Amino acid sequence: MLGNAAIARGAYEAGVKVSAAYPGTPSTEISENLVNYKEIYCEWSPNEKVACEVAIGASMAGARSMCSMKHVGLNVASDPLYSVSYIGVNGGMVLVVADDPGLYSSQNEQDTRMIGRASMVPVIEPSDSQEAKDYIKYAFELSEKYDTPVIMRTTTRLGHSQGLVTLEERKEIPDKPYEKNIQKNVMMPGMAKKRHVFVEERLKKMAEDGASMPINRIEWGDKKLGFITSGIAYQYVKEVCPDASVLKLGLLNPLPKTLIADFAKEIETLYIFEELEPVIEEQVRAMGIKCIGKEAFTIQGEYSANMLRKVLKGSEPETKAQEVPARPPILCPGCPHRSVYTALKNLKIHAAGDIGCYTLGAVAPLNVVDTAVCMGSSISTLHGMEKAKGKDYVKNWVAVIGDSTFLHTGVNSLMNMVYNKATGTVMILDNSTTGMTGHQDHAATGKTLMGEPTYAIDIYNLCKSMGIEHVVEVSSFDQAGLTKAIKEETARDEVSVIICQAPCALLKGQKFPNVCKPVSDKCKKCGACLKPGCPALTKNADGTVSIDVTMCNGCGLCKQMCKFDAIECVER
Amino acid sequence: METKNIMIVGVGGQGTLLTSRILGGIMLSAGYDVKLSEVHGMAQRGGSVVTYVRYGEKVAEPIVEEGCADVLIAFERLEALRYAHFLKKNGVLIVNDQRIDPMPVVTGAAEYPADIIKNLSKDYKVYSIDAQTEALKMGNAKVFNIIVLGLAAKHMDFSKEQWLKVIEETVPPKTIDINKAAFIKGFEF
Repeated sequence: MLGNAAIARGAYEAGVKVSAAYPGTPSTEISENLVNYKEIYCEWSPNEKVACEVAIGASMAGARSMCSMKHVGLNVASDPLYSVSYIGVNGGMVLVVADDPGLYSSQNEQDTRMIGRASMVPVIEPSDSQEAKDYIKYAFELSEKYDTPVIMRTTTRLGHSQGLVTLEERKEIPDKPYEKNIQKNVMMPGMAKKRHVFVEERLKKMAEDGASMPINRIEWGDKKLGFITSGIAYQYVKEVCPDASVLKLGLLNPLPKTLIADFAKEIETLYIFEELEPVIEEQVRAMGIKCIGKEAFTIQGEYSANMLRKVLKGSEPETKAQEVPARPPILCPGCPHRSVYTALKNLKIHAAGDIGCYTLGAVAPLNVVDTAVCMGSSISTLHGMEKAKGKDYVKNWVAVIGDSTFLHTGVNSLMNMVYNKATGTVMILDNSTTGMTGHQDHAATGKTLMGEPTYAIDIYNLCKSMGIEHVVEVSSFDQAGLTKAIKEETARDEVSVIICQAPCALLKGQKFPNVCKPVSDKCKKCGACLKPGCPALTKNADGTVSIDVTMCNGCGLCKQMCKFDAIECVER
Repeated sequence: METKNIMIVGVGGQGTLLTSRILGGIMLSAGYDVKLSEVHGMAQRGGSVVTYVRYGEKVAEPIVEEGCADVLIAFERLEALRYAHFLKKNGVLIVNDQRIDPMPVVTGAAEYPADIIKNLSKDYKVYSIDAQTEALKMGNAKVFNIIVLGLAAKHMDFSKEQWLKVIEETVPPKTIDINKAAFIKGFEF
């Protein structure tokens, strides 16, 4: 069972009633699996802050609730997180937060354990699929016992690895009765002051109790060599040093300090083996315990057994990697973003970018996107540029943002542009889905996570309702239409929006009826068709072009690029 | 028994996930502890992808590391070259003899290496097949990955019947026959 599927199963067995999330690698499959359990209400919320608040509401009402997100999603949800830390829970509440050491699909490598410490919320971490399922059930017990939300931190390697899992039955948990209690549930200064005292006491109590929690365990072995470790890093320790003594921590915040001290005093050489930040290490050092940590192991990137072997035994693998051309991710054949970027590139326009597949427009051969900060940032960064440099400066700039990202947090930024009398053009790349994470529905697709038809937010009318006069809709594959719209809208001294519409090429049923085929006797070998960088096209030795029929989606962008009619669309 | 390590490498979208699930399934049915590790998200968009399968009595880490793989299944030549050093000295390398140009080659920033299979044969036991052509002959270009899996299966310790049973349980019901045929094509190659 995939780690993320095991988390969903654990939530099901724990009697969870409500789950909310926004998709983000490597957390997406949690909700995609949860939806298979009919006893649980689950939804895609527009962003992680909303998802977290939905879970808080369900908990206040007395039910067990959870929300899941990737690490950077917790930044968006951190406002409610810090408050719900004080408020605590009625029904148990768990946040599953997936870190991404090694940056497989993220914009940074932040460590959720640090946010757990900062927000004074307990953090637990499993080390395989079985533990992922067991720990989430335990997290709900902790949540209710200590009156606290609990974060279960996972990593890409855990969430996207499969291992054997023993299943158990769901235990229905009766809702806790709701009682109005403004001292606990309304965070005004007078109440929050008292709750802060409670929160500090709660952490102290949990740190003391940590020594007897089953998720923290000592595996005694050779006492010359000992490790304090957690999560997936524990597996690398077991792989390399099966005979060493290990303190495997399941509770990462607060740390069970007496257990750590008891373990450390028996060990001759103590290693702290933890991915990302030295969270355990710094606290162990602060206890006056000698250990080896980040001076031997990196803060950046993912850990491995070979890395541990190298430090402990000085052994390197006998084989060496060869120098080969890199294969970075690219936009798919038939991707509507490629067409939009081609039009922008031809007009020499810079784009303030955002988070999604379309961030790939930053690299060769498109090179259109200049910036990418975080979800929803494209619109506000463009706005900042205009306020710094004046409206003429942004006439050769646009902001590009996907439909799901626009509804996530971009919409606030667009409101800001209108309110603060901005000049600038926002291009919403509407591909009718959340593409990068593997096609999740959102508020404008007309379907819920649970598969029910629902009202689809109309992005055009949403923009119009903000008071934006010029909102233009154009097909993402219409080069002439795109060029006209971009020229006209960027020339204006006001806010304008271009909605570029074409479904993601990977959505079911989105193949065009035809495929593109080169006509070699008409080809002038100019290479114009190759410029958008479609992977279905390759240049032959004689300068003409081949198109791989199995890859070609039939979008016809290459045909539009060719001035000599040397590419035609033919039936599959 | 010592833990066995298998890797599947290729280009995002080539179907490494399905192949690894079949591998995981057969090891599970044979009563082993199994761990699989895969790549989702951005790397799937035409990038280089790698999936690890480990099986044995008790498996700890879910990934295969440099110099440790018993079998490396590569769905593309350049990816075979990129990951060949993950193989043990006497490891088996199964290569689909197909070329997919990565973006640096398309833009002219890099060259696609020549004679990959010939050069790899100096250091490893290499078995190659043009599975793309074989799959097209069968009328379904998509099943090339199962043909490659069939070829790899010849160098592993499970019977043809065991494989076919797991394929039947893993692939979508409508595609069982074509996938079984594809597997046999590779197995008998």
